[in-house]
Amino acid sequence: MAFQILLNFIIAITWMLLQDDYSFITFFIGYLLGIIILFALRRFFPRRFYLYNIAAVIKLIFIFLKELILANIAVLKIVLSPKLKMEPGIFAFETELEKDWEITILSNLITLTPGTFVIDISDDNKTLYIHSVDIANVEQARKDIKSSFEKAIKEVSR
Amino acid sequence: MIETISKFVIGYLILQGAFFSLISAIGVLRLPDVYTRTHAASKSATLGVLSILLGVFLYFWVLEDHMNGRVLLGILFIFLTSPVAGHLISRAAYHTKVKLWENSKIDELKEKKKAKDKVHS
Repeated sequence: MAFQILLNFIIAITWMLLQDDYSFITFFIGYLLGIIILFALRRFFPRRFYLYNIAAVIKLIFIFLKELILANIAVLKIVLSPKLKMEPGIFAFETELEKDWEITILSNLITLTPGTFVIDISDDNKTLYIHSVDIANVEQARKDIKSSFEKAIKEVSR
Repeated sequence: MIETISKFVIGYLILQGAFFSLISAIGVLRLPDVYTRTHAASKSATLGVLSILLGVFLYFWVLEDHMNGRVLLGILFIFLTSPVAGHLISRAAYHTKVKLWENSKIDELKEKKKAKDKVHS
């Protein structure tokens, strides 16, 4: 993906040199032309066309913001309820992600999810130990959400 | 017109941020153990500070016509670092054998930690 972006920059700079006009507008037009060229030549690259990855990153940012707001509403309910009825606990969660940065992003997402919190990661990077505020009804739903997080992160690194 | 609307939005953002900071302070006082307190501290404080900073950024951008990139960078840095800080504090608490609240149901990290301690001792 980084290689394709670099190539796109080089195409834009070549376009600037061809026009002999070194303004931002010309660079932008060259960049758009580069996108078209790279899209036309996409089958020669080992990985997919890079705009898909960028769209996946933007989707991930929106998931992040949505989960942050939901998490805060959940904390609000717990803190302001008159009785502390929650049942906290620690459960293990198996992850399929392998690279370090993917696991970092996954655990950041889990930390900002309503009611869950990463406490420890096993040495072989396969299991996350998650502290949950309300383990009775939440665990299954959390696992569902986490599989959607995992899917979104895999989409970025594909 | 646009100035009035943006004043309302900015006021709302800053009040919301102050409210969530208050909630996280109450949460730290009320909740029973380290781990549940970390929930309150890391989540509500993150959103609280983020909304206050966003309000400040919009205030200077719309009303004073001065775009401050440092505030945006501050938002980004807090967003990235505060969950990690919460994670590290609770992890350090667990590994120095701070107990969970007595109403806690399951603890799947316990067996793993026991096995590990046996190897080390």
